[in-house]
Amino acid sequence: MTPLLAVEHLSMRFGGLLAVDDVSFAAAPGEITAIIGPNGAGKTTVFNCLTGFYRPTVGRLALAQDGRTHLLERMDGYRIAREARVARTFQNIRLFAGMTVLENLIVAQHNMLMRASLWSVGGLLGLPLYRRAEARAVETARVWLGRIGLQDRADDAAGTLPYGAQRRLEIARAMCTGPHLLCLDEPAAGLNPAETAELTRLLLAIRDEQGIGILLIEHDMRLVMGISDRIVVLNYGRKIADGPPAEVRRDPEVIRAYLGEEA
Amino acid sequence: MPARLAASVRDAALAAAVAFVLAVPLVGFETVDLGRGVGVRTRFSWVAIGVAAVFVARLALGLMGAARAHWARLGRSNDPARLARRAAAFWRIPAALLVAFAIALPFLPFSSRYLVDFATTVLIYIMLGWGLNVVVGLAGLLDLGYVAFYAVGAYSFALTAQWFGLGFWEALPVSGLLAASFGIILGFPVLRLRGDYLAIVTLGFGEMIRIILLNWSQVTGGPNGIPNIPRPTFLGMPFLPRAPEGLETFHQFFGIPFSPEQRMIFLYFVILALALVTNAFTLRLRRLPIGRAWEALREDEIACRALGINPTATKLSAFAIGAMLGGFAGAFFATRQGFISPESFTFQESATILAIVVLGGMGSQMGVVLAALVLVTLPELGRAFAEFRMLIFGAAMVGIMVWRPRGLLAQRAPSIRLGRAQAG
Repeated sequence: MTPLLAVEHLSMRFGGLLAVDDVSFAAAPGEITAIIGPNGAGKTTVFNCLTGFYRPTVGRLALAQDGRTHLLERMDGYRIAREARVARTFQNIRLFAGMTVLENLIVAQHNMLMRASLWSVGGLLGLPLYRRAEARAVETARVWLGRIGLQDRADDAAGTLPYGAQRRLEIARAMCTGPHLLCLDEPAAGLNPAETAELTRLLLAIRDEQGIGILLIEHDMRLVMGISDRIVVLNYGRKIADGPPAEVRRDPEVIRAYLGEEA
Repeated sequence: MPARLAASVRDAALAAAVAFVLAVPLVGFETVDLGRGVGVRTRFSWVAIGVAAVFVARLALGLMGAARAHWARLGRSNDPARLARRAAAFWRIPAALLVAFAIALPFLPFSSRYLVDFATTVLIYIMLGWGLNVVVGLAGLLDLGYVAFYAVGAYSFALTAQWFGLGFWEALPVSGLLAASFGIILGFPVLRLRGDYLAIVTLGFGEMIRIILLNWSQVTGGPNGIPNIPRPTFLGMPFLPRAPEGLETFHQFFGIPFSPEQRMIFLYFVILALALVTNAFTLRLRRLPIGRAWEALREDEIACRALGINPTATKLSAFAIGAMLGGFAGAFFATRQGFISPESFTFQESATILAIVVLGGMGSQMGVVLAALVLVTLPELGRAFAEFRMLIFGAAMVGIMVWRPRGLLAQRAPSIRLGRAQAG
């Protein structure tokens, strides 16, 4: 089976600092692939390269989808989301805080709605084509609101939600873009155990029902070991291990990276 | 309810106190020419009337909030979505009353030439405020050179009239389109800039346009401006005392005696219609994906990119549409004045328009109306104290920023509600 995402020899250099050094890994559809490593290992840099926020110094990022291959390293950030359909969340939540929860989920469906509104002309005229598309978008949003348990807060400003709910909303918003690959940057950071358990259920449901690939950066080892199908370990920008959780947790180099040289 | 009343009264008293402080120097004194020098006359009765008006208006506004909640409950439904919907619909009542008042204004008994002319000025600023609101309020792009597009619209009309003999109605779309292209021309180089940096570049752009108009004498007439700009016609009928060859004038067609006020009232209705169309247009855009993308861009550009929204196209569209509306207003300004020169398009104008948007509450249509009224009326009343105008203006701005940092009317209505979609 061809992988959904193939990262080959990815390197990212910032001046004299080699933040990511010749990293290669693959992510399969319908699987959760976790990227772990100590702070500053280059995990978020890998994400930023994947989603077009950085242009990699070296490397190939191939996303295979519907028989086409998108080379992400050559695409603008917004086209990666629009055409290659890679969605992401951020380590420090980036919701549209002043807009309502529902609006956040509708904005995520911008490109579909824009086409349906004939780049606003049809929408200004109130054509049924656009009205139907908007109703569909609201329906999609409603489904996701149900899954993250926020139906009752749909018309509240996103910034007024509690922290855990904001994290869930950001994931729902990413899902509303209809992605093939979902990149989550520390989704459990700052969540209490109950919220983490809820997040785990949500991620497993997304994987099993949507069949999309999930890339996960996370420090909560119980979460990572519990739901990942495959784990990639980075340290100082290099890949030091790559395999199923049971294998990775026994890897001496991983233990050394996490617990110090003596261990 | 009594607690609410007390709070409203307190709030109104505070507003009245602020109004008093502002009004004493602005309105309370008048310079009069005594023949042997300038003397000062007081007119404290005006101050009293003004302060009382502020108190009553503020109290009404406060009580309106309570009335609104009450009105929303009248539907005898506990469905929160429906309550919210009714609460949102509440604002349609004052808006409709305001429009009705605006339509009736020229025919009211206390109406005068001066009042209609003044109302026309206010409406130009309202329209400019609504246009700039797209750029600043919705898309969050701080534009200090908005007057450039106003100038482009005015000069486009004046020049096309001079060269090709186009009338106001034919030239109106041309002005809008030209201004929109200038918006895109300005937009391209500044796409990467945000906040202060963008403000500086747009400020420079506004000055550039003014200086080009001032110095390119062969085309723009330089500081002499362009005179004899054609006046608008009513379905091809001019407002003139005597009909030119082969034409019928407005008063001949309707069989009424000629009066110069007819044109003034007609101009007032033209700008009223333009402003109302602008309002409907921007309100509609706000509910479309493009409008939501503007607001999302204002909130977080990086998140927009991660969701597949093209920030370049989105920003350019906001610039272009804001500029187009400014261009329409400019064309109207040219036809109303009959004469334009670069002096009408100074930075002062940009600052006033921006102040209207910011004071009114960014993104709030009704707020722009209120702020335009205040900002055009205040200097008009305080003419005698022209040299203190900017000082007091600045103090008022600081005061607003301290007490109401999000503007006079800062409530943001969601562009879509789950409740409404349920019903529809």
